[in-house]
Parts: sequence; C-alpha cells; structure tokens
Amino acid sequence: MIAIVDYGVGNLFSLKASLKALGIAATVTGDRDKIAAADKIILPGVGAFGDAKRNLDERGLTDFVISEARSGKPLLGICLGMQLLSDVSYEYGEHAGLGLIPGKVQPLAEVVKGLKVPAMGWNALKFVKDCPILKYNSDGDYVYYVHSYYVPKGEYTAAYSEYGVNVSGVTWNGNVFGVQFHPEKSGAVGLKILKAFEEL
Amino acid sequence: MITKRIIPCLDVRDGRVVKGKNFIGIRDVDDPVTLGRRYNAEGADELVFYDITASSDGRKLFIDVLERVASEIFIPLTVGGGINTVDDFDRVLKSGADKVSVNSGAIRDPSLIGTAAKKYGNQCVVLSMDVKRVDGKFTVFAKGGRENTGIDAIEWARRGYLAGAGELVLNSIDTDGVRGGFDLEMLAAIADVVDIPVIASGGAGKTEDFIELFKTLPRVDAGLAAGIFHSGEVPIADVKKALKAEGISVRL
Repeated sequence: MIAIVDYGVGNLFSLKASLKALGIAATVTGDRDKIAAADKIILPGVGAFGDAKRNLDERGLTDFVISEARSGKPLLGICLGMQLLSDVSYEYGEHAGLGLIPGKVQPLAEVVKGLKVPAMGWNALKFVKDCPILKYNSDGDYVYYVHSYYVPKGEYTAAYSEYGVNVSGVTWNGNVFGVQFHPEKSGAVGLKILKAFEEL
Repeated sequence: MITKRIIPCLDVRDGRVVKGKNFIGIRDVDDPVTLGRRYNAEGADELVFYDITASSDGRKLFIDVLERVASEIFIPLTVGGGINTVDDFDRVLKSGADKVSVNSGAIRDPSLIGTAAKKYGNQCVVLSMDVKRVDGKFTVFAKGGRENTGIDAIEWARRGYLAGAGELVLNSIDTDGVRGGFDLEMLAAIADVVDIPVIASGGAGKTEDFIELFKTLPRVDAGLAAGIFHSGEVPIADVKKALKAEGISVRL
C-alpha cells in the first residue's frame, strides 16, 4: 500500500488513476497513522513552495514525513514534492525544505535566457546513475515537465534533462527519491517509474 | 531540450467527437475514448478536449468522457468549452484535466484568467483565441467564431499573458478546415508578443504544413489539428518522424 500524502495541494486524479491502472493499491491521506501503516509514501505537489511547506507544517506532517523517511521507508516526491525534499528553496523568498536530499531549489528564469518559463513539455532524461526507480527505463526516455524552479544537476542527481541548464530530473538519496517531471503524465515511460518505485 | 508538440483536438458534443468546417456544418466522427486511445498509441504529445455541448445533459456526458479518458491515458489533457467561472475550472480539474482552456469566458470576464492562475497556477490556464482578419486587422471572435468582439488579437494575447495565462492557443478562423497550411502571418504577429508556449491551430492539411510551421516560426511550440488526424489521412507518427528527419526536436 502506497500512501499519497494529502496536504491540500494539487490535483491527484491522474496519480491515483495511474497507480490504479498499474494495479497498485494506494490511499490519499493526511492521517499520520495511515501514512505510518503504508509501505511507501508519495509526496505530490503543485503550486508554490512556501504555501505547500506551510500546509505540510500546519498539518503536522513535515517532521512526520522526515521521520518516516529516516526510518528507511521509501519516499517519492513528485514535481513540487520533489523540490520539498531539498534543503532550501528560493521561490518568493527563502524557505527550508525537508532536507532529505541535499540540494537547493532555484529559479529557472535567472539562468535560461531566451527560453520560456514555466518550462512545459516533453524532455529527454539523461541517466547519471543506475537508479532503482529507473530500472525499467532507458537513457533518452521522454518525460513531461511543468516547472519554473529547478534543482541544478549535482551529487544526488540520478538523471537530468537539458533546458538551457542541466535540470535534475530524478534525485536520489538512499530510500528517498524525487522526480521533477510528472510520471503520471509521461505515458508508458512514467508508469514504468511508478511501477519500479512500488517494487522497491 | 523541450520538444515541439503535436496535439490532436477532439470536439465533443453529447459524448461524441465531431468536426466542423469553418466552425459550421458539424458532423459525427467517433467515440472520444477510442480516439484518445489511438492517439496515445500513435505518439500524440497531449490531448485537447473541447466541450461544444450547450445542454446540461451534454455536459454530464462530457465529464463522464473526460473521466474515462483520464483513467487510462496518462499524457497531458487540456479541456475547454463552456469555461466561464473558477467553479468550471474546479469541475474539470477534478475529473482529470491538467490544463483548462478559456475563450469566450475570458472575453466576458477578463479577471477569470488572473483569478484561476492564482488558484491553480499559470501552467493550468490556457487562453484560447479564435482569430479572424477584419479590415486587415487580426480580430478576436467569441462564441465558437460566430461573434466579432472587435478586440485586437495582438492586444488581447498580451493582456492574457500579463494576467497569468500559461499557454496560448491561436486558432485561425480564416484557415480552419481549409487544409491549406497554418496561418503563419497571424501566428508570427502574435507569438512575438508573449513569452509563454504558443499552440498553432487551424489549417493543417498535410505533414509538410507542420514542418513549415516549426521551421518558419521557432517561437511556436505546438501544432494542433483535428479532422486530418481523426480521419487517419495524416497519422501523427508520420508527422513526428518527418519533423525529426528535418532536424526538429520531437518525442519519438
């Protein structure tokens, strides 16, 4: 059973539907007991970093998700959920993240001159590491991105995409994974990533 | 680098996909879920669904269609038609849409773009414009192309962009259904004044029209068509292969 953390942000229709299509049991919940009872956790998210973090804080989920991840439970952050796993974000000010995957979230607009922001569309993934959630995928697979902020390619980047700069597509630290793109919107390629995560 | 996108558009009335010529003379085509499935297999980068029903019964059928498509096809879905309020955004987003396209609703109430962008994010709000030349000026039409608003299209695009629209669909009434190629002149005039993705619509008749579109106008991000894809005359996979052969970045 996968617990999809419900903290009042984002549209979860496609994520729920894609897990269902894969035959993976999932529950959308903000209840700590239910999250604790699940084998794995997905942290979704769309919107602004500061608002999302405040929502997590107000529901008492920030420290809880951190402790669940530290206990070794597999955790996957998607899009803004991936950015929340980082140390800090500079989206409208400075906000602390969960600090589970070292990295800083920075604005794309400052580095990608002449390219449109938000970066929206399909981009190729370039593999850097042999990451378990990419076990069914191939270098060069296309995934669907929608974002205005990014984590620069670094030590914890398992795969990246080029958009004027090297954008972390998949970040990875032990049992914690982040995907900047939307696996639930990336067709068959994205479903393979969700399947591999479920099989951890 | 982010690829150019090829997008089939499905006009849905009473739960069926239909296609008109110059917006008049609509005819029945196919089941939307069947078509959506086919397009996903052919490599469509996104699907656009327009609800062209006026009745509440038709609207319920549309939501049902949307939920069925979103439950089995996992690529971006944009929904338009009859979007007049933030509640309308809410209704289709809950049923599986990723982006919501506003047209006449934004002309009636221009604040809708900004309000929806604040609530759901810019990436969620698509401004769709039906554009036609009137006395040599690009002019915005409302109500499915039937009503001349007198609004200057370049000005309206700029306003929508500044208000928070995350994407622009530019549909040429002059070239729609004619199959003689995209309206490059109109697209060039408008794509230059916005810094968000631009989707070209109206006029595609063959594979070469897409090549011409992206080669002539690098600021256009996607090409949208309906009838030529529905009928199978121009398979999406062939378009993408031809684009790649021309050195244009596509997802294959």
